Amino acid sequence: MTILSSYLTLAAVLFCVGLYGVLTKRNAIIVLLSVELMLNAVNLNLIAFSKYGVNPSLAGQIFTLFTITVAAAEAAVGVAILVVLYRSRATVNVDEFDELRR
Amino acid sequence: MFNFNIEFTGEFVAFFLLAVCAIVGAVLAINFTKVVHMALSLAFTFISLAGLYVLLGAEFVAFVQVLLYVGAITILMIFGIMMTKHDGEGQEPARPLLETLAAIGCLCLFGILFYGIRSAEFPAEAASLPADNTLEIGKLLFTQYAIPFELVSVLLTVAFIGAVALAKREEDPQ
Repeated sequence: MTILSSYLTLAAVLFCVGLYGVLTKRNAIIVLLSVELMLNAVNLNLIAFSKYGVNPSLAGQIFTLFTITVAAAEAAVGVAILVVLYRSRATVNVDEFDELRR
Repeated sequence: MFNFNIEFTGEFVAFFLLAVCAIVGAVLAINFTKVVHMALSLAFTFISLAGLYVLLGAEFVAFVQVLLYVGAITILMIFGIMMTKHDGEGQEPARPLLETLAAIGCLCLFGILFYGIRSAEFPAEAASLPADNTLEIGKLLFTQYAIPFELVSVLLTVAFIGAVALAKREEDPQ
């Protein structure tokens, strides 16, 4: 068992915890934060491979920077949409946003 | 397949401590009932992950992680929590079927990932990355990755303008 597989296992644990949070939590802000946790697990994989992978290079760290940037954009737009939804519906529960199903 | 012969070097001890911190933060975030506690516990996880990045020799990414995740995204989420009311927290109706199904699905996914990680062959020794990797990242960003870098800056600008335009309170027509 190399140390790379330890990092990959940790990332898998974090990803699964984040996935469970996305699937079960009802507060939309917590759902957004769980998505951030899943993105962080992927970032950890990229950085671990950039040091211990088959072709180690800095490309993994640069990809991580791009992922973090996209995650920041996603969080900003997500919170903005949530605030607008809260103004019109007065709730942040994800299972009450069901206009498309009705 | 399951040989846990790990030599207890300093790096492994540091990895183990930071990994425990990260997992504890994530699991606590799932188990807390108050939304603010969940956000702060996830901030703890993000800080532990920044420590792991330092351990992996990615100091610049670690600083970006602390600045952006802990400093920006968590604070943004806390502002989101403040701007939305959440009276009914703590007394959510239990949905045992959904939670059980989600837990089973996540455990299955983890099992598959764990099996894949265990059965893969990885090179044993670490590579020697350049010592001052911030300089190297800067050089790469402005030569090889210049176009993606500019595209990402356009994306950020568009996303933040969109966020401001979305969240701006509309004038009442009458």
